[in-house]
Amino acid sequence: MEKHDGRDTGKVRFDDPWYDALASGWGELDGTGAPAPAVLSADPEHERRAGGTADVYLEVQRSAAFQEVRSRYRRFVVPGVAVFFTWYVGYVVTATTAPDFMARPVAGAVNVAMVAGLGQFLTTFLFTWAYARHARLRRDRAALDLRWDTQELTRGARGGER
Amino acid sequence: MSGNHQTLALLLFSVFVAVTLGITTWVSRNRHGSAEEFYAGGRLFSPMENGFAISGDYMSAASFLGVTGLIALFGYDGLLYVVGFLVAWLVVLFLVAELVRNCGRFTLADVVAARMSERPVRIAAGTSSVTVSVLYLVAQMVGAGSLVALLLGGTSEAARNWTVIGVGALMVIYVSLGGMRATTWIQIVKAVLLMGGAIALTVLVLVRFHGDLNELLRSAADRSGHGDAFLAPGLKYGGGWTARFDFISLGLALVLGTAGLPHILSRFYTVPTARAARRSVVWAIGLIGSFYLMTFVLGFGAAAIVGPEAVRGSNAAGNTAVPLLALDLGGGANSTGGTVLFAIVAAIAFATILAVVAGITLASSASVAHDLYASLRRRRAKPRSEVAVARTAAVGIGVVAIALGLLAQDLNVAFLVGLAFAVAASANLPVLLYSLFWRGFTTRGAVWAVYGGLVPALVLVLLSPVVSGSPESLFPGANFQYFPLQNPGLVSIPLGFIAGWLGTVTSAEPPDEAKHAETEVRSLTGAGAV
Repeated sequence: MEKHDGRDTGKVRFDDPWYDALASGWGELDGTGAPAPAVLSADPEHERRAGGTADVYLEVQRSAAFQEVRSRYRRFVVPGVAVFFTWYVGYVVTATTAPDFMARPVAGAVNVAMVAGLGQFLTTFLFTWAYARHARLRRDRAALDLRWDTQELTRGARGGER
Repeated sequence: MSGNHQTLALLLFSVFVAVTLGITTWVSRNRHGSAEEFYAGGRLFSPMENGFAISGDYMSAASFLGVTGLIALFGYDGLLYVVGFLVAWLVVLFLVAELVRNCGRFTLADVVAARMSERPVRIAAGTSSVTVSVLYLVAQMVGAGSLVALLLGGTSEAARNWTVIGVGALMVIYVSLGGMRATTWIQIVKAVLLMGGAIALTVLVLVRFHGDLNELLRSAADRSGHGDAFLAPGLKYGGGWTARFDFISLGLALVLGTAGLPHILSRFYTVPTARAARRSVVWAIGLIGSFYLMTFVLGFGAAAIVGPEAVRGSNAAGNTAVPLLALDLGGGANSTGGTVLFAIVAAIAFATILAVVAGITLASSASVAHDLYASLRRRRAKPRSEVAVARTAAVGIGVVAIALGLLAQDLNVAFLVGLAFAVAASANLPVLLYSLFWRGFTTRGAVWAVYGGLVPALVLVLLSPVVSGSPESLFPGANFQYFPLQNPGLVSIPLGFIAGWLGTVTSAEPPDEAKHAETEVRSLTGAGAV
């Protein structure tokens, strides 16, 4: 099953039995088994034509598998950065321009400013958790497959030069 | 302070120095002297180890001494620092950590130079990295100085200066003998000590107030003499519009600066993969976040228990609030408990300073040797000699930091760190983000982005009230203050981004599509990563 699904690298297999065992560190080498060359199979002629590693990277960049990884990264990161940055700048600007609002009591000695400050801590932890989860489930696997494919191709291209 | 404090604190500190020197010699017992080993510790640290080391690198004297002091003196406005310091890690996690690990080898310049004409870009990025590191080092040196002034009675100018010199000498030994491996282990040990100390003090503060945070805030507000205003923003930065803009400027610098700090970036190269880099940042955010939640308690605790007057009396900038708090929590100045706790906290603060200083020195010596030296004298720079240059550079940077540290004794540590962050955010962040994400970015754009952020940031600091024109300035006698804000970030960060854009659109050479493809593919997949 694992050998021939190279074209599926764009889709993440949540039920992959050794997915969770995909350890960080050098263990990742073992986790891949024999990766199916998604980029290569998309354009089998490529290896013979390749003039150098530069072409390989352009080729990979144009491949659907890579564009899928990139757009998954961007679809998460761009809105994420926009939201936490706006929330942080909003907090700083409010603290400096509307101290009266921030001083409004909420409960006991706790005021709006305290709630907002602790809210920043909370959202930071939440964003961290969400990012790590998104990367682990939606990106790691596809990126790893692409990594081996690309390295195979660059090795081929370098061999062709000699 | 009684003699007991001094003896015990110096004893504990000597133990820490002995242990860290032991680590250094043990780690370097069979070193190969390769660049990989010296700058990146062989790249085999685990995410947890690196997470602790990142926290050890980041939770500096500025956090432990400076921020708690600011909270004790100004209440809520000190807390604003902490929020910025933490939220900054989201920028690192989302935009920088994994991509930098995949693209670079040892320094920030590696990432940029992969796409550009190497020499000018390396010189620019190397220069700005060294500048940021030296500014940050000065802050740590000042922290060491004010700590020892408290420890040895406050009046002895000579003791203070000798501490700064001693800290500088130690850091040079750690770095030049042990390289990244020793530095990392020192940071891990320090992070554990610091967390332990902070937890112990936090628990004692909470016990004192019977676990009632409301009561803690109330007493802090009452004792401060400002009442409820102490718990709301505005005491430090609430004055005129200048002060408000100053704060917004600082806020921007804090949140954007972390991702441009060379010693933080170099930590990502000590783990094997981008995935491990991400997991180490997650560890770091957990550790740093909980630490800052504790500084919140410690700062208000110092205000409530020690009182702002006593804090200010000991050190005008508030840098000694935590040791004073420890003294009080342990039972007061003449009790055994107070003596022991004070000594432990002082020793932890020393350890903190030493570890951070070692990390920054290593990162900046990497910039000097790997970027500046290798570009300026390419022919003769063999891998072995590069490490030798890095070791020499560590000595040079040590000397510069000691000299500046002696000069800047009376500035608040957290505030000095704010300046370092502003320069990092103006000079390093724009070029890094453009290189990673902008297809059309060119060599000229990269060089302009670095200098276009670095030069305005430095010039604005020189023209600011920090350097001249007010009684608290570095040179109170002179007056060449033309820029109203203490922190240049609000102006210089946008200037860095604009300069990078301007340089790119005006450059004659077309952007290199193939190299952009290489950077993009490598950064997101890890292909070809070392």
